[in-house]
Order: sequence, then C-alpha cells, then structure tokens
Amino acid sequence: MPRTPPVSDWATDFDVLDDSYVKDPFPIWDDLRSRCPVASTQRRGQTWMPVTYEDVTAIAHDVAAFSSIDTAVIPGEDIPEEEVLLPYGFPPISVDPPIHTWTRRLMLPWFSHAKVDSYEPMTRALCASLVEGFLASGRADAAADYAQQIPVRIIASILGVPEEMSETFTGWVRDVLEFADDPERVQRGSFGIGYYVFDEMNARRENPGEDLLSFLVHAEVDGKPIEDTIVVGMAMLTMIAGIDTTWSAIGSSLWHLATHDDDRRRLVAEPELMVTAVEELLRAYSPVTMARVVKEDIEYKGCPMRAGDKVLMNYPAANRDPLAFERADEVVLDRAANRHVAFGSGIHRCAGSNLARMELRVALEEWLARIPEFHLEEGGEVAWAGGQVRGPRELPVVFR
Amino acid sequence: MRVEIDAAKCQGHARCHAIAPALFDVDDYGQSSVRGDGTVPVDMEAAALLAVANCPEFAVSVTDD
Repeated sequence: MPRTPPVSDWATDFDVLDDSYVKDPFPIWDDLRSRCPVASTQRRGQTWMPVTYEDVTAIAHDVAAFSSIDTAVIPGEDIPEEEVLLPYGFPPISVDPPIHTWTRRLMLPWFSHAKVDSYEPMTRALCASLVEGFLASGRADAAADYAQQIPVRIIASILGVPEEMSETFTGWVRDVLEFADDPERVQRGSFGIGYYVFDEMNARRENPGEDLLSFLVHAEVDGKPIEDTIVVGMAMLTMIAGIDTTWSAIGSSLWHLATHDDDRRRLVAEPELMVTAVEELLRAYSPVTMARVVKEDIEYKGCPMRAGDKVLMNYPAANRDPLAFERADEVVLDRAANRHVAFGSGIHRCAGSNLARMELRVALEEWLARIPEFHLEEGGEVAWAGGQVRGPRELPVVFR
Repeated sequence: MRVEIDAAKCQGHARCHAIAPALFDVDDYGQSSVRGDGTVPVDMEAAALLAVANCPEFAVSVTDD
C-alpha cells in the first residue's frame, strides 16, 4: 500500500513522501520548473516548495523573512509549550541569530579542514576493513553493509561515545529522519538520542575527555556555561545531521557508479578526477532538503505566504536547475564550474561539509581500489528513503 | 590578475581553498581569505577562475590589475 494518498497535481498538491518522488524526483522538478517554480501543498499544513536555484538560494539568504525555528520537512506533532524539552531545538540549525552565531562558532572548529584531515586515517582504515569483510563473497548491500556503517562511527568518535552503539544510533536517527510521519518512531528516536546524550553529558562534567561533548559541557560563553538544553540539542544535531546525510550521499554515489559503467570505469582509470567527481555526485544526488518558517505574511513571486507557513529548501532540485548548470540532468565527472548547494546556502551552510566531503571521497576511493567492477544484483531491489534525506537504504550489488 | 573575497558573503564552503590552496587560506571557523595581496601568478590564473566559478556564495572575484 502506498504511504500517502495519490498526488492530484504536483504544483498544488505535492507530497515529498510520495513513492514516485522518493524514487525519482527529477522529472517532477523539471515539470515544476517549466510551469510553477514555487509549488504548494496543504498536506501536513500549508507548505511551499521552490525548485529553482535562484529561488532556493534567495530564500535561504533571507533569514529576516524565513526563520529556521522549524527545519523539519515533515512537521512533528504539536507539543504543548510546557512539555517542550529543548526550547531551542538543535542549535545552530534550528535557531536564528543571535543564538545561531555563537552556537555555530563553538561547533565549527570541530569540523575545520585541519580537524577533518586528522579524522581521515581512521575513516580510511574503517572503509578498507568494511570492504575486506565482504569482498570474498562477491556481493554486498552497498547501502546497509557499507555506506551506513561509515559516518556513524566517525561521528561517535568525535562525540566521544562508544562505536559499539553504532547500530542503535543508526536506528534512532532513521526513526527521526526517515519515519517523520510516524509519531511513535519519531518519539522513540528523539527520546533515545536525547536521553542518551543527556546521560553522557552529565558523565563528562566530572570526567571530561578530548571529545566534542566534553568541550560543550565545559565551554563558556560570555563567562557563563552553556545551558544544558543547548548542549544536549547541539550534541543531538551532530548525530542526527552527521549520520543519515553522509551515508545517503555515499549510497547514491555507489548507486550511480553501479548503474553507469562509463563513469565507473573512467573514475577508476583517472583517479585524479575524484575531486571534481565528489562535487558532481553531491550536486546530482544531493541528499538533504531543509525547511524554513515564514515569519510574517509575505508575497514571494506571486505566492501569498502566510506567517507560520513552511517553505521547503529544496537544495537537491536547485542543483538540477538547467539555468544554473549546463547539462544539469547529467553527471559530468570533470565538471569544472560547480556552484552546487548540496550543503545549503547562506548562514546555515552545513557545519560538517568538510567532514562529509572527506568521508564520501575516502569511501569511494577505498571501495573502487578493491571493487573496480560492480553492478546491481539481478533481481535485487533498490530501496530508497526520502523526505528530509534521500538515499538508498538497500543497494544489492555484485562484483564477481 | 588579483583575487578578492567578500568576507561578508563567505559562509565557509571552502571551495576556493580546496581548488587553489596557494591563493586562499581558510581559518578554523571556515572563513576564507586571500593569501598576501591576492596577486595571482600567471600559472595559477586558471585555478583562480575556477575558484570564482565554484563559490556557491558568489564571494570570490578576480580583477585585472
């Protein structure tokens, strides 16, 4: 049974959880760009969806009119104010300036170029050992056995929580992001992460380590410690934003290489293309859509947006806009000019973009070094997740 | 040729630094800056133009002096 009622018209009744959108959104965006570049829907509240590069980046930059206080593509259940545990959500992604500014500044050095370089050897060793684990069998689920196993372990190491918890973390994050239309799963995932992080935070008060969570617990801003709810929210964000997103990018990239022999062989023959190829795969298969909340009634390009309406920040669609990219619907591994916004645009640019880029590059390098030839398993089904984050969740491939 | 960065537009994508590390530095907060006075050696002009063409914030520019 389909997850959602059928869509009558994508311009006025879109649904990002519709099976056809999750599986293949590209023709839907092309259609919308040609006739209604800001689509709308009343499903799950009034929501607008720009699909051009110009509109998505313009709205992302207009933080005065479009707030980040709720970035969920699929809205959660309304919670009475007195029951809200994290009044600021997951800073800095869920706040506007000024809280955005100082919470982001605390976070950024943990994902700087220099820091990310220091995470590369452990990422490379992890990727190599994962491939070695299934190499002899001649087949693998490139999503579940590989892509899904990588970012969670690097994030666990940065936060200072045990790698052995990876399966649990992955389950919680999927509950929150991929089953956002199921209140029970959202609660299980968010309470799971939240209470776990809360306990770990308290443990670090007495016994700090060299990790991000310890740093946040003991950090001071203007001479005062950070509120517990903000520390918990920031640590939760690191987990929620750092796991599902990057593994989706790795999975989609491997899907592309499994289904496009010419690109795969070219990348193996010309490894120096990896730098532009990573950017191009991020552009073509951008995993993340975000959301904004309209602050006050405003008309945008003829659309009567009301205070409280949601606007989806469709970065994946912006990156397929033919007005912004030549041959926008093709993967061009050596694309020279590539202003893609897979990591967003403006003040909320993904704080972990350096880390995600490194993980994607290393994951592809280590896979291709051992498995240069692979394709989809005959009779195997590729399963996609979508909504806030799009990527393959089952990707059976064979390589012998 | 000289490169310039509009610090108010830069959001830390770090594409310029990745493409031309000899021309652009990036700090721990992601803020990019030009090295020295931004003068581009002739053999790096192509890289400078690529940095311009890959900045999602349109923060990098070149001038002819």
